[in-house]
Amino acid sequence: MKKGDAIFFSRVLETLPITIPTTLPETVLYSVQRQKMFIENRKDKGEMKKKVVSVLLSAAMITAMLAGCGSKTEAPAGGDAPASEAGAEASAEAGASAEAGASEAAAPAASAGEGKVYYLNFKPEADEQWQTLAADYTKETGVPVTVVTAASGEYETTLQSEMAKSDAPTMFQVNGPVGLNNWIDYCYDLTDADITKGLTSEDYALKDSDGVVRGVAYVIESYGIITNKKLLQDAGYTTDDIKSFDDLKKVAEDITARKDELGFAAFASTGMDSSSDWRFKTHLANLPIYFEYQADGIDKTEAIKGTYLDNYKNIFDLYINNSTCDPKELSAKTADDARNEFLDGKAVFYQNGSWEYSSLSEKYSDDDITMIPIYVGAGDEAKQGLCTGTENYWCVNAEASEEDIAATLAFMNWCVTSEVGTKTMAEDMGFTIPFTTAEASPNVFVKQDADNTAAGLKPVSWNFTTMPSEEWKNALGSALTAYAAGTGSWDDVKSAFVDNWATEYSLNAQ
Amino acid sequence: MLPARFSENRKAERQMEKSVRKYWPVFLLPTLIAFTIGFLWPFVWGIYLSFCKFNTVNKVTFVGLSNYSKIMLDNTFVHAFGFTALFTVASTLLINVLAFLIAVLLTRGIKGTNIFRTIFFMPNLIGGIVLGYIWQILLDGLLSNWGLPLLALNEKAGFAGLLILMGWQQIGYMMIIYIAGLQNVSPDLIEAAEIDGATPWQILTKIKIPMVMPSITICTFLTLTNSFKLFDQNLSLTGGEPAKKSQMLALNIYDTFYARSGAQWKGIGQAKAVVFFLLVVVIALIQLRATRTKEVQA
Repeated sequence: MKKGDAIFFSRVLETLPITIPTTLPETVLYSVQRQKMFIENRKDKGEMKKKVVSVLLSAAMITAMLAGCGSKTEAPAGGDAPASEAGAEASAEAGASAEAGASEAAAPAASAGEGKVYYLNFKPEADEQWQTLAADYTKETGVPVTVVTAASGEYETTLQSEMAKSDAPTMFQVNGPVGLNNWIDYCYDLTDADITKGLTSEDYALKDSDGVVRGVAYVIESYGIITNKKLLQDAGYTTDDIKSFDDLKKVAEDITARKDELGFAAFASTGMDSSSDWRFKTHLANLPIYFEYQADGIDKTEAIKGTYLDNYKNIFDLYINNSTCDPKELSAKTADDARNEFLDGKAVFYQNGSWEYSSLSEKYSDDDITMIPIYVGAGDEAKQGLCTGTENYWCVNAEASEEDIAATLAFMNWCVTSEVGTKTMAEDMGFTIPFTTAEASPNVFVKQDADNTAAGLKPVSWNFTTMPSEEWKNALGSALTAYAAGTGSWDDVKSAFVDNWATEYSLNAQ
Repeated sequence: MLPARFSENRKAERQMEKSVRKYWPVFLLPTLIAFTIGFLWPFVWGIYLSFCKFNTVNKVTFVGLSNYSKIMLDNTFVHAFGFTALFTVASTLLINVLAFLIAVLLTRGIKGTNIFRTIFFMPNLIGGIVLGYIWQILLDGLLSNWGLPLLALNEKAGFAGLLILMGWQQIGYMMIIYIAGLQNVSPDLIEAAEIDGATPWQILTKIKIPMVMPSITICTFLTLTNSFKLFDQNLSLTGGEPAKKSQMLALNIYDTFYARSGAQWKGIGQAKAVVFFLLVVVIALIQLRATRTKEVQA
């Protein structure tokens, strides 16, 4: 290397450590960070290997350059020394991280002879448990399992970009018929799979229009009005006093009338922030849809009539007028706000589902809380149970390689049949899984649902999976928010419910 | 001794030039490759996708122009365009006028100039999503104090909120560019004008503003395109509420792509994005032409 080159490179190096951090825009830094997290999540993937190679290459390049400079240049003035030191440090770091990466990547790669499993998980609250379960499975069988969890509310977005990659998820989930419609080309035929045969009921298999099983429900959940029994007692009632909408209304309004004396409100805030509005635009909206389907004897429709919208209005009015806060403030109330109000004993009732059990059981014992059905004054209220169903269907990526599909089917089956798998799903994740081999879950809301069914109550099925689109839910949410604050009318809600249903279905059919 | 070392250095410099000639691909290629992978290829691919029906980008069916014919189908694109255009005009004016005023004030040698400059610039260092959520809390607090409907229910407050947020974030940045421009105005010119009896107002309008025209070109270009392409702040501050009335074009495209079910909507979203790109290019070119012609040489 000539002296000119040496000066040249030393100048370049001088600029490196200073210019790189300051000129990178924050978006790039952010994406680099995300990539790092992502790579950590999927150490066994080819991408990691490529990354390692490129890091090694660049480390080697920097080292070679430094070595070249170091040997040929007589250390000139003092000014250059810190720069080359910084450079040496950088290369040492790069080398170290590349080595670490390589050794980590080597372990799973060695055993990746047959197929592998990549599960894109929907439930952030169960991420930790899934990672453990995946590790257990790898230990037992040697098949590498990667579990990546999408951020809350980002599942579709994440799935979309992950599916476009060469190492796409082999196992993902859809939320029901409408979700299946989106991904039908990617859903492997599960009709003859072992896991389908293990289902307790045919209803838990998600079929396409030709009757081919494309998805399998893996968790059954219930929602209703979570009730703080102790506070209800303080107000002078028990859950036995609430057997219909009129009872609920009487109790709630009585609590509101004595709000100051009692020190708590009837309902936790009906938050309409996007973290919380699904409780009302999706889950509560299920009830008018359910009763209409029941009355008409159908299980889906392209044009809803809105027969039970008045009942929807009654229950929504009851929620917002007997709540911890002014209806005008609801648009900014979040899911955390409502949960904290319930945890702090500021509200007796809180509409949510069995998935809240783990966060509520930190404060309340199983005797303190229970779940009552959402009565809206429709149907046979004496026989109404909790809203029980699923919007979580496992699908297998039909585009994956044969070995990966086989590995994924085996993994799915192991999760719901093996002792470790069923135990983790029942106890650690708190799931009730619809398989004959299932363990009983300690979840008190799930038990409540089982007791209800045993007592002859009929669960309300989940029909919100037939809602035409996310867009429909969002429009309904906006209309409800405006109605609650008084800036919109109930007619807007009606039109968002009825007219927009038909509009969205026709748009889907385009 | 000294001349000898001097000539040695000259020689080294010459050799360095040679090295530049020899090694240019090492410096050009990484950026070029990154640019191709990160920009050119996705751009071309994106345009192709706007003619396709697809769910993921490795399984696409060509459908011709049908995506473009369906852009207006969901009745939201036109309103989003109107809202975006209005916002762009308002924010470009607001940001540039205020940034220029502050720049003029902070080139007068007031005590603590540097502290002011730093403080005005700082909001720019925070990401848009974070700012959106913080301002949402602040503005909602204010609105609820006044008894007005909150941001998610109030189109006008949403518009004003976006203006305030963008102004707060961008004024400092534009101010720096204007300060640089103002500092480049030769003191000779100003002194000559003063001797000829020009008033401060005349100096500002007849000398300073024409002389900083290049800065104005840059700043209006940046604010115009930034406002037109605004996404993060829109998403976090209002989320398009109430009922899409505060939805801007970028968010509209995002919603088309993700909030609807069915493969056809991906292509329609993509077609909207191409139209959006063309709009940004046309508007930016018109603006560049308009301000460039006003630039002067001193």
